[in-house]
Amino acid sequence: MATETPTIVTPPAAGSRKRPRYRGINQLSAVDRVVVGIMVAVPTALVVLLVWFPAVGSVLLSFTNWNGIGDVSRAKWVGLKNYTDVVTIYPPFVPAVEHNLIWLLVMFALATPLGMLMAVLLDRELKGGRIYQTAFYLPVVLSLALVGFIWQLIYSKDQGLINTVTGSQIDWYGDQSYNLWAALVAASWRHMGYIMLLYLAGLKGVDPSLREAAKVDGASERATFFRIVFPVMRPINIIVLVVTVIESLRAFDLVWVINKGRNGLELIATLVTQNIVGEASRIGFGSALATFMLLISSVFIVIYLRIVMREDQ
Amino acid sequence: MTAATATTVRTGSASARRPKPAARTSRVVLYVFLTVLAVLWLFPVFFAVISSFRDYSYTAEHGYVSFGGFTFQNYVQAWQQADFGHKLLNSAYITIPAVILTLFLSCCIAFVVSRFAFKWNLALLGLFTAANLLPPQALLIPVYRMFRAVHVPLWVSDSGTLLNSYVGLIAVNVAFQTGFCAFVLSNYMKTLPRELYESAVVDGAGVLRQFFQLTLPLCRPPLAALATLEVTWIYNEFFWATVLLQSGDKYPITSALNNLRGQFFTDNNLVAAGSVIVALPTLVVFFVLQKQFVAGLTLGATKG
Repeated sequence: MATETPTIVTPPAAGSRKRPRYRGINQLSAVDRVVVGIMVAVPTALVVLLVWFPAVGSVLLSFTNWNGIGDVSRAKWVGLKNYTDVVTIYPPFVPAVEHNLIWLLVMFALATPLGMLMAVLLDRELKGGRIYQTAFYLPVVLSLALVGFIWQLIYSKDQGLINTVTGSQIDWYGDQSYNLWAALVAASWRHMGYIMLLYLAGLKGVDPSLREAAKVDGASERATFFRIVFPVMRPINIIVLVVTVIESLRAFDLVWVINKGRNGLELIATLVTQNIVGEASRIGFGSALATFMLLISSVFIVIYLRIVMREDQ
Repeated sequence: MTAATATTVRTGSASARRPKPAARTSRVVLYVFLTVLAVLWLFPVFFAVISSFRDYSYTAEHGYVSFGGFTFQNYVQAWQQADFGHKLLNSAYITIPAVILTLFLSCCIAFVVSRFAFKWNLALLGLFTAANLLPPQALLIPVYRMFRAVHVPLWVSDSGTLLNSYVGLIAVNVAFQTGFCAFVLSNYMKTLPRELYESAVVDGAGVLRQFFQLTLPLCRPPLAALATLEVTWIYNEFFWATVLLQSGDKYPITSALNNLRGQFFTDNNLVAAGSVIVALPTLVVFFVLQKQFVAGLTLGATKG
């Protein structure tokens, strides 16, 4: 900040491609430095204040017994008590973790491979390929809350399509033994299109000459895909994995509109919300659950960052 | 080589081009498979649209698998009962400023990160990109308490705090979405030729002029794509709107749907009409701005 080096930039001589070195912040004039400072400070302040500070706050609160009444300074440090309580005396916790895991498994084992398959089939020059793509990604523009409503028309007990056609009396959204699966069908319906789009983008990035070479060598289409295309798409695979994990962990809207995440639809995200917004204001409890979510997601966020930022080094 | 292929094409084009029977069968199978799946995929939306035009008493009597009883009445009723006009306005109050602010702030960050080499450059971008991936529910408690504690003048929020105010909700949306946009924009800005900036510097353009007159106009394609995507996302945002705006009269339309269910519970045709109304803006995006939407979605996943 102290020394002000005026930038003396010699225009490059014709022919010689010598670049003026204009790289660092320290070559800027005082005014420009202030401008750059503001450009960084405002968005950073916002994201730190509304995302990172609350994230750290959640972790800290999870070690206290604060009940939300009065000032935070009155909270006592209770160590891991909230965590042991969550595991031992909080019945919905274990089902919620199970449901989140089932959610992840279905998204990962069903929606993701299906999306990948569609992308591979539609990546080739098919007649009408665009129409098919459009059909599959239509649900992606709808909100998950809305997806819950649209599927209610199919699932509801008295007027739903399934029951009027088959004559069954199952309450698909209300019955504990079915509602998680009903929600998963609806969620997969949307997730598949999203994954298909990501893979289509990834497949576009595969160098066509690789495939040509494989063709010349007489490789079958299947062999070409598994030996050449799939390995080249490794970064996309990891991004899809991360997106799927994070979306499964964040799953909330769909379940919340069905029944606020009760009665067979408990998820970690809905438990956190119930503990805070509902009648019960168990801050420490909710924060322990929130910290649990943060821990899992941060592992995958680190993986994601390493992939997408690797090329910049 | 070329001559040989040319002749085969000219003389035996029919035999050379016609696929083998096996290949043709597999092609038919592929088309049948894709068509069945595509019809399945479109069905729920199609069914919602059809149901929304059916008369309740007619479908109650004849069931949904029937034909007839078409009416526009569900829309009229849903619109009046749910106060949809008001809710759509709320959505606009939240979405439009949030998208503009998000794009502007992400342009600022992306510009600095991609334009200047400094030590913390990657870390700074990481700070933003990661923020977009955190589960919002895990941040709820501190955000909620902070908003309740921050008193703002009444002209900013009629509730007197950031809780239950548009300003608060817009701020949270911007903070969350800036990360994604900054990441995409910085990738794009890195591809802009350095010589442009060098000549701008030679001409004595300061940072501000470089940003407004050089970078922003050049970034039109990604900005259009991101704007389309962010409008859809923030319009669809459900969680923050539901927990931070506790009064139904401020709810954007996506959250308002949830309140309707109680009122419409016994009438699926009304639910269908409500769903179609809420989906309409995003469906318009889907049909009109399809390219931008897809580009925005896939820009983040791939380079270039």
